[in-house]
Amino acid sequence: METRSIMIVGVGGQGSLLASRLLGNVLLAQGCDVKVSEVHGMSQRGGSVVTYVRYGDKVYSPVIEKGEADAVISFELLEAARCLPYLKREGKLITSTQQIDPMPVITGAAEYPADLAAKLKEKCADVVAVDALALAEQAGSAKASNVVLMGVFAARAGFPAELWQKAIEQCVPERFLELNKKAFELGLSA
Amino acid sequence: MKKLMLGNAAFARGLYEAGCRIVSSYPGTPSTEITEEAAKYDEIYAEWAPNEKVAMETALGASIAGARSFCGMKHVGLNVAADPLYTASYTGVNAGMVIAVADDQGMHSSQNEQDSRHHAIASKTPMLEPSDSAECKDFVKLAFELSEQFDAPFIVRMSTRVAHSQSIVDTCDRVDNGLKEYKKDPQKYVMMPANAKGRHVFVEERTAALIKYAETSPLNRVEHSDSARFGVITNGAAYQYVKEALGDKASVLKLGMVNPLPVQLIRDFAAKFEKIYVVEELDGIIEEHCRNIGVSNVEGKSVFGYIGEISSSIIAEKLLGEKKEFSSLDENIPVRPPVMCAGCPHRGLFYCLKKLGVTVSGDIGCYTLGAAAPLNAIDTTICMGASVSGLHGFNKARGAESEHSSVAVIGDSTFMHSGITGLVNIAYNASNSTVIILDNSITGMTGHQQNPTTGKNLKGDPAAAVNLEELCRAVGIKRVRVVDPYSLAETEAAIKEELAADEASVIISRRPCALLKYVKHEPPFSVDSIKCVGCKMCMKLGCPAISMKEGRAVIDRTQCVGCGICKEMCRIGAIG
Repeated sequence: METRSIMIVGVGGQGSLLASRLLGNVLLAQGCDVKVSEVHGMSQRGGSVVTYVRYGDKVYSPVIEKGEADAVISFELLEAARCLPYLKREGKLITSTQQIDPMPVITGAAEYPADLAAKLKEKCADVVAVDALALAEQAGSAKASNVVLMGVFAARAGFPAELWQKAIEQCVPERFLELNKKAFELGLSA
Repeated sequence: MKKLMLGNAAFARGLYEAGCRIVSSYPGTPSTEITEEAAKYDEIYAEWAPNEKVAMETALGASIAGARSFCGMKHVGLNVAADPLYTASYTGVNAGMVIAVADDQGMHSSQNEQDSRHHAIASKTPMLEPSDSAECKDFVKLAFELSEQFDAPFIVRMSTRVAHSQSIVDTCDRVDNGLKEYKKDPQKYVMMPANAKGRHVFVEERTAALIKYAETSPLNRVEHSDSARFGVITNGAAYQYVKEALGDKASVLKLGMVNPLPVQLIRDFAAKFEKIYVVEELDGIIEEHCRNIGVSNVEGKSVFGYIGEISSSIIAEKLLGEKKEFSSLDENIPVRPPVMCAGCPHRGLFYCLKKLGVTVSGDIGCYTLGAAAPLNAIDTTICMGASVSGLHGFNKARGAESEHSSVAVIGDSTFMHSGITGLVNIAYNASNSTVIILDNSITGMTGHQQNPTTGKNLKGDPAAAVNLEELCRAVGIKRVRVVDPYSLAETEAAIKEELAADEASVIISRRPCALLKYVKHEPPFSVDSIKCVGCKMCMKLGCPAISMKEGRAVIDRTQCVGCGICKEMCRIGAIG
């Protein structure tokens, strides 16, 4: 199998770590070679956070570069727009419609671009925009929008459903298990 | 058992499997998780030391005592630990000793982009460099073996990409051969001139033996391709980019041992090709070595430069002339820089400093973000501890004018690391300096590590806590006071009074990090949109929970932790 590349992007604190762990575990259970790469430290403090997931028979680089991603999963609209150049021309973009103002917008030095979802659809043929925050709240916590989006991705990725269930059980603490399973289901059928 | 492991976790697994017993480190991105993961194995004694020099001396002491030992640090940490490193190279070890140094190509979380291989070369310490998690584990285990075989501490060089990428690792059981015998041996361990002269001879002989080892070591391997157009010599993360970009279009000499470098192996590899490219991040150390040993058909830095990370697309473009296509929005996408969290106790302090127009000598930690808009409160940031000693120099240079208008800001962990010696200097050499210790009761930026002021050790067990007030008084500072940075009025008054005073003073700005689990948050505030006049006073704080919507301030209730400083800022009482 040729190496495939998936980017998970969002704002520090949105839970990209859990999302990439879920995906990594599913891929590992499939018998793939897998690399997951993230950057810790300074960037985590409310900055843009990017995680690369690559899998195939043999994966070398842990990093995804412009024009290489088969899919981008974004937890925030502006971050989806920022990462568009990483997507292959025929790649899939899954994004939450949630908007979080970055500091330059908060201070008034810049404006949050309007109608981003529509503009992304003009540039990319395969955009799935979901109100993941609303679905997460429906599942019981605004913090579960990461798992909602993984559900949205899973519905389109073609990996066996039981692997996702198992990955959630492996990665999520017992007391949050039901909440996250529900969030995943809501994403799956979104 | 096959597992997906972070490079740093695989490194820790290597420590465990190799029977490492003693671990002492200081946190620093991207090295921190090695020690955090090592601490999860009950068989390993693991601790946070106050700084990297102490950590390395602890590890060396343990090695001399007969226990396999480890210390880990980021690249700039090795500068702090350079003193013991250069002489540990002379003493060598008893049981194996491994040092991790994590470089930060691309400066994702660092103040410079130094190439730590220079320290290995200068101290004549052997250095290995893995390219993925499996190699992290394997190289660490081999490093312990080699450390004992060659009587040298071994450095394992990490990089941000290798440390913070997960890949598949096959785990094994731990083999612990117990404590080695300790024998008093002054010729080897007492480095006074007469003995050190003898050890220097040993070090040179050891390097010659290591070069011989490097010629045939499995750490250095040739990956031959029949369809190769040219040869590539590479190391570390760059190896992965080379394989990704070039596939079988190049034969590759992968160097897993980056100091000392082999000679004949490189000459033989280079002789097979018309052209050799050295693909190495940061400095051209392998390339220069090639030229020094008479390999002239080599190119490297003239193609790839000295700055930042190399990538597979850079390699494909430079060596194959291939470029990937991609689309982007015509829109201007605002940047999203890291910011102080909502409720960060540093915010109130920096707001006061900015308001008073104070010159601020800064330091390394979350609070470096006080330099960013809209607070823009920091004048300098150099290295750990430099805020305190730098302020002293600044004040000696400019005298009373700056003594009454300048402060140093330094976090609790950074103060323990290397701020305290600067404070001793202020007291001893009498500058009228004002030092503010930002005591948020944790090492914040690297992800909440305990330190000597927090009352807990690495394992989370109760530990002795340094009393900062008493410590400052003990070194000779008479004016020591504590403020709560959630109170702007109290904080501003304290800064004004201490700047006005005619002797040195310390202000401890004390409030635990808002992200700490034990910190209870107040209910979130909200803005009365009828009262709000849109004056944007609250926006001056740079709080990520506050934004303007249709000319009125709005507080994001999911982010707000009820710190209340915006309430104190609002002159018309619209926040409540």
